[in-house]
Amino acid sequence: MHDALLPLSVFFASIFTSNILLTNYLGTCSFLSVSKEMKTSLGLGVAVIFVMATTTPLNWLVYEYLLLPFGLEYLRFIVFIIVIAAFVQLTEMAIERYSEPLYQSLGIFLPLITVNCAILGVSLFMVIREYSFFTSFVFGLGSGIGWFVAIIAMAGIRVKLKNAKVVPALEGPGITLIIAGFMAMAFMGFSGMIAVS
Amino acid sequence: MVITLLISIAVISLISVFLALLMVIADATIGNYGIVRISINDGTKELEVKGGQPLLKALNQEGVFIPSACGGRGSCGLCKVRVVQGGGEYLPTELPFISEDEKKQQVRLSCQFKVKADVAIVIPEELFSVREFITRVERIRDLTHDIKEVTLRLKDGETITPLAGQYIQFKVPEYENTEESVYRAYSVASPPDDNTRVELEIRLVPNGICTTYVHTILKEGDEVTINGPYGEFYLRESDRNIIFIAGGSGMAPIKSILMDMAQKGINRKAMYFFGARSKRDLFLLDEMHALEQRLPNFTFVPALSEPAAEDNWEGETGLITDVVRRMVKDGPNSEAYLCGSPGMINACMAVLTELNVAPENIFYDKFS
Repeated sequence: MHDALLPLSVFFASIFTSNILLTNYLGTCSFLSVSKEMKTSLGLGVAVIFVMATTTPLNWLVYEYLLLPFGLEYLRFIVFIIVIAAFVQLTEMAIERYSEPLYQSLGIFLPLITVNCAILGVSLFMVIREYSFFTSFVFGLGSGIGWFVAIIAMAGIRVKLKNAKVVPALEGPGITLIIAGFMAMAFMGFSGMIAVS
Repeated sequence: MVITLLISIAVISLISVFLALLMVIADATIGNYGIVRISINDGTKELEVKGGQPLLKALNQEGVFIPSACGGRGSCGLCKVRVVQGGGEYLPTELPFISEDEKKQQVRLSCQFKVKADVAIVIPEELFSVREFITRVERIRDLTHDIKEVTLRLKDGETITPLAGQYIQFKVPEYENTEESVYRAYSVASPPDDNTRVELEIRLVPNGICTTYVHTILKEGDEVTINGPYGEFYLRESDRNIIFIAGGSGMAPIKSILMDMAQKGINRKAMYFFGARSKRDLFLLDEMHALEQRLPNFTFVPALSEPAAEDNWEGETGLITDVVRRMVKDGPNSEAYLCGSPGMINACMAVLTELNVAPENIFYDKFS
């Protein structure tokens, strides 16, 4: 594939064919617990888009200019986690200070996703796949949108599910996991579209 | 090898220091809300506190204690306070605990609501006298096989002035059954005129966090932190006859009220129905008989529901509700004070209503 087109294909791939949630099954914890309601799903979804789109390039800079030159690639797990945590905390403080409505809708979700494995996963994939700075940003943004799409779809289904008869033993997380499985299979339908390793 | 090690430590430290520095700066700038003013009950009291912290914590630091059982984690829903000015929007973490009526009243969960600007709040007047006390266990004695009387002594020079019948919160420190300190409410059994001591009656509840702590770990001489006093369970001023009903450690507030009556010479007609299973569940009988001497119009009526054969019981038998129904004559001219388990209280309320005691004259303290 032509290099100039790589960011574009990465963007779409991370939303559809390599959806971080549905193909890698990362970030399922908050996905399962928060998808009960559409409103909270929207808030968390937007928060994930924001955090992924910002922390991925940030971690790229740290990796490229701090870890690589000193040969400290093996420290990337711990360093990425610290960077993500500090950044999310700072953002939360800033939002709380300057925008009440934004804090209401988004801010309170930020601490929830500080240690979300999907966020760390995106930063690690970016290293493994050797993306450039711009591609990393696009990859983070796309993955966030992919996660957003998945949780919104799930919230929609779960709203309908309230009127459905579910076997008592499967109520809650059980049926949600099964539905997530079906959604993952449905998303496999996109797989012929773009392939990104 | 050593150099690689040093470099990696240096880099990690560098990143950590940089981020930590960033956080400190952020905390001092964007996290700094300056000094804000809290006006309580229409300006009765004005506090100046550091902004940005939860209201519950800010009030605590200034010596205004709002009852809270979970310690500010937003899970008990007890620390409600009316924020009449400067409240802003509800947080999603508060909503599960706030009803529609409370929303109209601007009731907030004070452990979640952060004071970022000047606010005006309304709290019950009595909370002004609520304080924290560091006490020492003066005495522990067995009242029955499962109830202990714990006497706490305040530090020299400190006094507590509960109304007879009110309760305090007992702070249980971390121990093997709890990972964090918790508060549990207990009625004060000692009379208010002894303002340097607090006497509690604590019944062992299987697996109860506080009761197990008191029964198995607490020793004489130990330090105990309490705060209070709280509560609406105290003797109302009137000429009506008084019906007291209690079971188990529900004895505590009633004993305090009776001793207060004796002290003040309040000689209203009063009957105290105390329900127990068998003789081994009865306690403080001598004290009750002494009170009967001091208060000529007072009668103590212990009743056993299942007296054991060896008890040789000659007093009242049967469920406490039946005994009350049998012995109370002038319901409409009575007021009742109940303290005990929710089951007992609900059953007694039904009987008292049958006996035409007006609902507004029934006061109770439910264990929960």
